[in-house]
Amino acid sequence: MDPELRREIILDNYNNPQHKGKGTSNYIKVNTNNSSCIDNIDLWVLFEDNIIKDIKFDGEACAISTASTSIMIKELIGKSLDEALRFIDSFEKMIDEEKYNPELLNEANVFDEIYKQANRKTCATLPYKGIIKAIEEYKKRR
Amino acid sequence: MNYKDDFPMLNTGIIYFDNGATTFKPNVVIDSMDEYYKEYSANAHRGDYDISLKVDVAYEKVRDKVKEFINAKRREEIIYTKGATEALNMIVEGFFANILEPGDEVLITNSEHASNILPWYKLAKNKGIDVNFIPLDETFHITLANVKKSITDKTKVISIAEITNVVGDARDIKEITEYAHSKGVFVVVDGAQSVAHKKTDVQATDIDFLAFSAHKMCGPTGIGILYGKKELLEELDPLYTGGGMNESFDSISEVYYKDLPLRLEAGTQNIAGIIGLGSAIDYLNSIGMDNIYYTEQQLSRYLIEQLSKIKHIDIINMEPDSGIVSFNVDGVFAQDVAVYLNKYNICVRAGNHCAKVLKNSIGVKNTVRVSLYFYNTKSEIDKLVELLSDRDKIMKEMI
Repeated sequence: MDPELRREIILDNYNNPQHKGKGTSNYIKVNTNNSSCIDNIDLWVLFEDNIIKDIKFDGEACAISTASTSIMIKELIGKSLDEALRFIDSFEKMIDEEKYNPELLNEANVFDEIYKQANRKTCATLPYKGIIKAIEEYKKRR
Repeated sequence: MNYKDDFPMLNTGIIYFDNGATTFKPNVVIDSMDEYYKEYSANAHRGDYDISLKVDVAYEKVRDKVKEFINAKRREEIIYTKGATEALNMIVEGFFANILEPGDEVLITNSEHASNILPWYKLAKNKGIDVNFIPLDETFHITLANVKKSITDKTKVISIAEITNVVGDARDIKEITEYAHSKGVFVVVDGAQSVAHKKTDVQATDIDFLAFSAHKMCGPTGIGILYGKKELLEELDPLYTGGGMNESFDSISEVYYKDLPLRLEAGTQNIAGIIGLGSAIDYLNSIGMDNIYYTEQQLSRYLIEQLSKIKHIDIINMEPDSGIVSFNVDGVFAQDVAVYLNKYNICVRAGNHCAKVLKNSIGVKNTVRVSLYFYNTKSEIDKLVELLSDRDKIMKEMI
């Protein structure tokens, strides 16, 4: 991806994050934070019949974490649990420099070179740690 | 002064502004530790042969150096620990846990480091003591008036840092201690951010306990000091028992511990670290603590003067009494500023600096912190200021 475009997308999602806000009591709320830094995000996830109907987020985090959260939410809303898990798996593989499916990831491909900054990997994956927790919680309740 | 010849790390091209976290080590410190490992690597207090005797002598000689460095009255008032954190835990768990009663009160402040809060919180949970806060004024300082207002009949301890690690304010420990003692209140001082930066005199301030770490004063990691007045240390229960601290143990009812200071130094200590600490003290003394203090004051004033000129920078503490300056860049998360500066080999700290409760006072959770030491230079500060002056550049390069 063109570095200028990559930067523009990340900054746009940082400055104007999508789906910022708090969910209501029918949402599953999880907190996700990095012990090594100061990012701290709450996610609210609304599931219906194995579909992710809505996600909201709130908290304080760096540009990479915030942008990654905004992009992840846009991509996951409307996906079934299976689709979501495939997306998450592909994203994590990309971050870990393993073989992954870029076609699945759409806008989340902007983080395809984050592995070059080791200290930023945990920022990019922060919301994914959260959504996995929320999915596990949903499966438990179901 | 140019310290490049003294510190290998000053020749790496890195500009290091995170001295509140740890400091660089001069060659004299590194070499003295190497020498121990290469030339007389034996245990202490086992003086049956020459190199062990040499360790014994070195081990105790450093105790004398520390005693003089902080002007303690007696050498047995100096106890080796892993660092300030362990020392504070020993003070709370080994001493105060045994004398405080439920309902007794400990006074701390909102700007203390976690190491001077959590041991007290633990005691509060386990023993039912109260932990309350001396209010800070608008520049985050403690005033004697606020200390007076905070002390109640229940107050038994004031536990505060001499210099705090986020807003860099220095407390008038002598004045506070004098008043506290007049009310029968003990004073514990967290010296992690002060002992390396200004002259410490435990007799002049008359404090009861002091904790500090070697690695924040050009010494190695893993070694620190617990100072306590002798009569109080006598009552401090060893948290660890074992080798080196016992006199004899023929049966459960016949266990005898050694006298201070060894009673509180169970197990093989960090001998190389202790030797390194001794060299660090020699090194700091060769520069002079007054000189170090003066240099840092000059540098932090210069930094504030320069940062104040930048519109998009909000300085949290305009009047630090030390080399610690905290700030934020408008609209940029503290961590992103740190990542941006790292691209230019400048090390600063982003976060809450282990003082999580400070947000109650300053209303800001996270800051960028520059913590200076005597080996920093004005030209390093110029480089930092230049990089921070262009907000668009920060926004462009922070990711």
